[in-house]
Amino acid sequence: MTDLTSLTLAEARDQLKSRAISSVEITTAHLEAIERAKALNAYIVTTADRALRMAGASDARLAKGEGGPLEGLPIGVKDLYATKGVHTQACSHILDGFKPTYESTVTANLWRDGAVMLGKLNMDEFAMGSSNETSYYGPVASPWLPPNWSHDQARAALANGKRGLLTPGGSSGGSSAAVAARLCLAATASDTGGSIRQPAAFTGVVGIKPTYGRCSRWGMVAFASSLDQAGPLARTVRDAAIMLRSMAGPDSKDSTCSPAAVPDYEGALGRSVRGLTIGVPKEYRLDGMNAEIETLWARGAEWLRTAGAKVVDVSLPNTRHALPAYYIVAPAEASSNLARYDGVRYGLREPAADILDLYEKTRGRGFGPEVRRRLLIGAYVLSAGYYDAYYVRAQKIRTLIKRDFERVFSEGVDAILTPATPSAAFGIGEKGSQDPVEMYLNDVFTVTVNMAGLPGLVAPAGLSSEGLPLGLQLIGRPFDEETLFTLGEALERSAGRTSLPARWWA
Amino acid sequence: MSVDLSAVRRIAHLARIGVSEAEIPNLQDEINAILKFVEALEQVDVEGVEPMTSVIPMRLPMRDDVVTDGGITDEVLANAPLTEDGFFLVPKVIE
Repeated sequence: MTDLTSLTLAEARDQLKSRAISSVEITTAHLEAIERAKALNAYIVTTADRALRMAGASDARLAKGEGGPLEGLPIGVKDLYATKGVHTQACSHILDGFKPTYESTVTANLWRDGAVMLGKLNMDEFAMGSSNETSYYGPVASPWLPPNWSHDQARAALANGKRGLLTPGGSSGGSSAAVAARLCLAATASDTGGSIRQPAAFTGVVGIKPTYGRCSRWGMVAFASSLDQAGPLARTVRDAAIMLRSMAGPDSKDSTCSPAAVPDYEGALGRSVRGLTIGVPKEYRLDGMNAEIETLWARGAEWLRTAGAKVVDVSLPNTRHALPAYYIVAPAEASSNLARYDGVRYGLREPAADILDLYEKTRGRGFGPEVRRRLLIGAYVLSAGYYDAYYVRAQKIRTLIKRDFERVFSEGVDAILTPATPSAAFGIGEKGSQDPVEMYLNDVFTVTVNMAGLPGLVAPAGLSSEGLPLGLQLIGRPFDEETLFTLGEALERSAGRTSLPARWWA
Repeated sequence: MSVDLSAVRRIAHLARIGVSEAEIPNLQDEINAILKFVEALEQVDVEGVEPMTSVIPMRLPMRDDVVTDGGITDEVLANAPLTEDGFFLVPKVIE
């Protein structure tokens, strides 16, 4: 019998439609796979009963020849999305016990289109992290083995605090690990500085952060509201296109959500890339850059040239300011957004003598070290006397970063090709324990895209010499996700589908 | 710019995050590492540049000025740690 968890989302959709398989069958196969993969820690909650109920309802609709674009397809949901009556904590202790009485717009759109919810996925606390290590529920092990490790060695490490195993990236580390380990057909994720694209690169899957405003942020736990966007992680470019079409769309509950209709992204696949102009920005060539990443990048450009695109050098001079400016803007917005966790209305509450004591004790115990660090930075840069020097200046620099992209696009460039990450996946416990900035550097290639509100897609582009996945990023014009899907599929075709690791954990 | 120990205490209080005295020096190092990282921004020429307010140009949508929500006290209070008679309960605020 075929392994139902190894199908792509598109294959599963077609087999469900032709009734070669049932939703209950494929949902059950995934629930069993999740059970066997518990030690990876990708899921923090499994909603098996609900999944089987949804699958049964999907089968009934499919039997009548009805059903939406995602009918019967089991997916995972990042713990950042409000799911009615189901654990929603953005993997923070401060939201202890929180079960929303409402559903996020993005997940509501997925259920409207027939998708089946398998459970909630692990993530860095409040999406602040690049390795899933800041989660209150502990780190996630990547299904990819460290170089030269045996299956036995990896299983032993899994039982021993995951020491030496690789991170699946972050903040959407549960999502990327689950997609790569075939614990769902696809997953929702979110991206404030690279949290969809870096995990995609680390686990050999596809991720897209769409244009700011393409997906509604209503019901997503807020981190930095001017940067946050929803997006999918999936095993192929086609699967990501199918997911995004359902996730995106207008929403009167989010005033920053675009009213524009959502195109059929799948229709962009297979379009010719002939005549498209691809920019390669020289400022992304960092001093001391990993030679393998540089080679990968050049190879990606060559693939697109061979497919008929024109590749040109471009300049984005303010690139190097993006990451420092992000570490002012994002913490500032976070300190404002996370002010709502007060021990009064929901979540954790520490016993206290007076109201100030209640706030300080609850927030002191409820937030983990990375979140606390960023909230302190945010409070500092917004405080009297520092606001202009830090926050206003950073927002001016953001304007400069956006202008760089606007100029390049106005010169006729259709998309920009860059590396996704400075390296392949690193080990759990390997980075950021001495200096938080070491971890922040992971987002050096992705954060510019959030600062400018643009869409960015990461597709697997091959393996490193050590056998680990590496990704390339395509950056597009606002609301031109279609071109990214066209080009992403061209890269995918040239690179060949990444063969995902065998199930050593099961 | 960098912060001293008393500034760390002040910021933690502003953020309403209780931190122990023992944690303050470590937090100072971490905050100063981040402030050092963003220091280079001081050199950028931003003369005459407008600060960004909206990353994607968009008209703010308007709707009719009518009540569209409310009357869901139970749902609002459903996740509260302590409630009484349809209200959130907090420690005594006024003596």
